[in-house]
Amino acid sequence: MNLELSDEQEFLRDAARDALGRVKTVDAAREALEDPAQRPDLWPTACEAGWAGLLVGEEGGGAGLGAFDAMLVAMEAGRVLAGVELLGHLPASALLDAGQYGGLSAVAEGTRRAALLAARPPGGLDGDAWTVEPRSGSRRADAPRAEGDRVSGTVTWVPDAPGADVLVVVTGDGTALAVDAGQEGVSVEPVMRYDATRSLGHVTLDAVHGETLQVTPEQVSHAWYLAQVLLAAEAVGTVERCLTDAVAYAKERFTFGRAIGSYQAVKHALVEVLRRRENAYSLLVYAGWSYEDRRDEFPLAASAARSSAGRALDFATRELISVHGGIGATWEHDAPLFFRRAQLSRRLLGGAGEATDRVAGELLARVAA
Amino acid sequence: MDLNDTPEQAAYRERVRGWLAEHASEAPRENLPEEEVVPARRAWQRRLAEAGLAAVTWPKEFGGQGLGPIEQVIIGQEFSDAGVPGILDVIGVGMLGPTIMAHGSDEQKSRYLGPMLHADEVWCQLFSEPAAGSDLAAVQARARQQDDGSWRLSGQKVWTTNAQFSAYGLLLARTDADVPKHKGLTMFIVPMDAEGVTIRGLRQISGEAEFNEVFFDDVRLDPDATVGGVGAGWGTALTTLMFERLTIGSGVEGLGYRPERFAEAIASDPHAAHDREVRRRLGEVGSELLSIRFAGYRLLSQLQSGSIPGPEAGLAKITTVAAAIEAADLVTDVLGPDALSEDDQFAYITSFLPGLKSAGGTEEILRNTIGERVLGLPPEPRLDKGIPFSELRAREREAIS
Ligand SMILES: Cc1cc2nc3c(=O)[nH]c(=O)nc-3n(C[C@H](O)[C@H](O)[C@H](O)COP(=O)(O)OP(=O)(O)OC[C@H]3O[C@@H](n4cnc5c(N)ncnc54)[C@H](O)[C@@H]3O)c2cc1C
Repeated sequence: MNLELSDEQEFLRDAARDALGRVKTVDAAREALEDPAQRPDLWPTACEAGWAGLLVGEEGGGAGLGAFDAMLVAMEAGRVLAGVELLGHLPASALLDAGQYGGLSAVAEGTRRAALLAARPPGGLDGDAWTVEPRSGSRRADAPRAEGDRVSGTVTWVPDAPGADVLVVVTGDGTALAVDAGQEGVSVEPVMRYDATRSLGHVTLDAVHGETLQVTPEQVSHAWYLAQVLLAAEAVGTVERCLTDAVAYAKERFTFGRAIGSYQAVKHALVEVLRRRENAYSLLVYAGWSYEDRRDEFPLAASAARSSAGRALDFATRELISVHGGIGATWEHDAPLFFRRAQLSRRLLGGAGEATDRVAGELLARVAA
Repeated sequence: MDLNDTPEQAAYRERVRGWLAEHASEAPRENLPEEEVVPARRAWQRRLAEAGLAAVTWPKEFGGQGLGPIEQVIIGQEFSDAGVPGILDVIGVGMLGPTIMAHGSDEQKSRYLGPMLHADEVWCQLFSEPAAGSDLAAVQARARQQDDGSWRLSGQKVWTTNAQFSAYGLLLARTDADVPKHKGLTMFIVPMDAEGVTIRGLRQISGEAEFNEVFFDDVRLDPDATVGGVGAGWGTALTTLMFERLTIGSGVEGLGYRPERFAEAIASDPHAAHDREVRRRLGEVGSELLSIRFAGYRLLSQLQSGSIPGPEAGLAKITTVAAAIEAADLVTDVLGPDALSEDDQFAYITSFLPGLKSAGGTEEILRNTIGERVLGLPPEPRLDKGIPFSELRAREREAIS
């Protein structure tokens, strides 16, 4: 057993921290709220670092690394609120790789960026359908339909859809097609909500042509769970950043003659942030391990990671604000930017609450089996 | 990242499995009559010791196997899969034996460790007192040295797990009250059958009496009963507490609070299994319990690479206790009052958990320690620093009156 990071993994992480550290991403997150054009384009950084092909096998021109490696990069992106389009691209690239997509090498290089029109696999309380995010409200929408090599439907709130070249569309039958985003009949409406670092799109497909990928429904469902763990990993990175900032402030802010970090109410809350970070990180480890070695547990591990990391992020971002008192609630401070990240993330890709329900569903199914 | 056994570990696992296949039937049965439980589990520990399965991490010279924590975990996993209990004296073998190895004399090591390992002599931890739990260095049990070098011990210990069938206890006593409190302490080995020792069972919430209060009335101890030197008791106690943290940190899964156990109880009620609120609670608590499993593996992996886990290992204890409380509450909510029948496993868990919150360091103390030692937050102001213990006590009495 060895769960420590390997030398390669440490290198990957440090290189990511370095590369993303060259751009003032947190400041940009604030500026982009008022002027979306200020959102830095980090895709060239991703390509240069080789992240685009992280999950594509070596035969496909990628690095053939594992899910946990992808999470390490996502954690670094989350730490600095870097809007790098990996949440859309990486799960899509894994499916393209599994389905032996013709244009794989360009995807692995990143010259063609991919995005996943993810559908939540059947199971859970609302039945046996593959569903996608509703535009609004709590009732989930039907996933796109394919007839032959033509696919139609609407998927809203798709991470990293604007500007993507290849859309990987998951259908209501649990199949997946690769759609060239440039063709007639594809419309991508860019949307920005609350967190300007996150590029989202409402996508409509009108009988567009797609290349059917040779993948099993299980592989398709694992793309969903891969997106869940990447969201979780980003969240863990953000939690770490919140903790560092909050601890630093708790040491230097004095009231009543003492540093506020010496008060137990503050100290214990910060330890709670750490505790939640540790738990969420342990579940990322579980997800990474199951992805490689115990695929049947991946849905459970990924859902637990998403649920736990999501709740950790909610808690950490609120705690960061309250430790800072009044200034924590001001526009000039960074805390609101992390808070905005948490608020939006929690509602994407099925929502954190749904992931929690999946944990229950998976546990109940395991004991029934 | 690898959770799989190395070839050596796989071979070891096979050996353990092979042994269990042959001997699991000799393990104590469940639901033994109360008076037969301890003798049966002692016999079982002896059997395990003979087979080299009782103290695998102990060095060979003390009867252990000189193996690492991974082998310990392999044994735990295989035993739990086979549905047989492990050793009886976890406190002795896991915490007190290693303390004696670290601080005891050669005579003490050769006299006590063997019988401890074979459960011929069970041990208890005589640290906490009515006025010294979290603030352990405030112990008042007083040992005074006599002219012939022997000691006279008087005082009271409390919450002492297993004292009712222990042969020896490791006891922290004050030997000098005129120096600051951490300085005047000494660790002793105390025979539980010595004249002047009185053990009284303390019933817990469940009604059972697993721990005790122990009184010492002018108990005579031999000159060589001290462990780790006179006045050096605090350092010796810290060693025990370090091993306690390890035992608790890597052993929480061993407490049996696996998410599947709670899911099973809920799955038995098809209505509950489809209830949104029940599922939300199960999902949250299930995630917590799963994270503990992998936090445990991370800890082991650290141990294996030679680093000693820091105070953050205590986080796993906080999570385990809190999650198990939530999970037991959930199951009981689903099953209704029947789950609170005295002989129901969930009634037992429900009763056991509130105390577990305090055992081995309360949640508040763990959060203080982790906040200060891991996050580097400033400590709270302390009113007891550098003040002789006797004066401290006088001030406390004054404050209360
Ligand atoms: C099941 C069980 C088994 C046990 N087995 C043993 C055993 O075998 N041997 C042994 O020696 N002991 C044993 N103990 C005792 C255990 O170690 C103590 O109960 C524990 O350390 C707490 O001490 P206390 O009970 O004196 O509570 P106190 O120290 O009096 O604490 C009371 C409350 O005050 C809080 N508190 C205290 N100080 C602070 C502070 N600085 N900041 C914030 N809050 C604070 C605590 O968190 C707690 O909520 C056992 C306890 C239990 C419940």
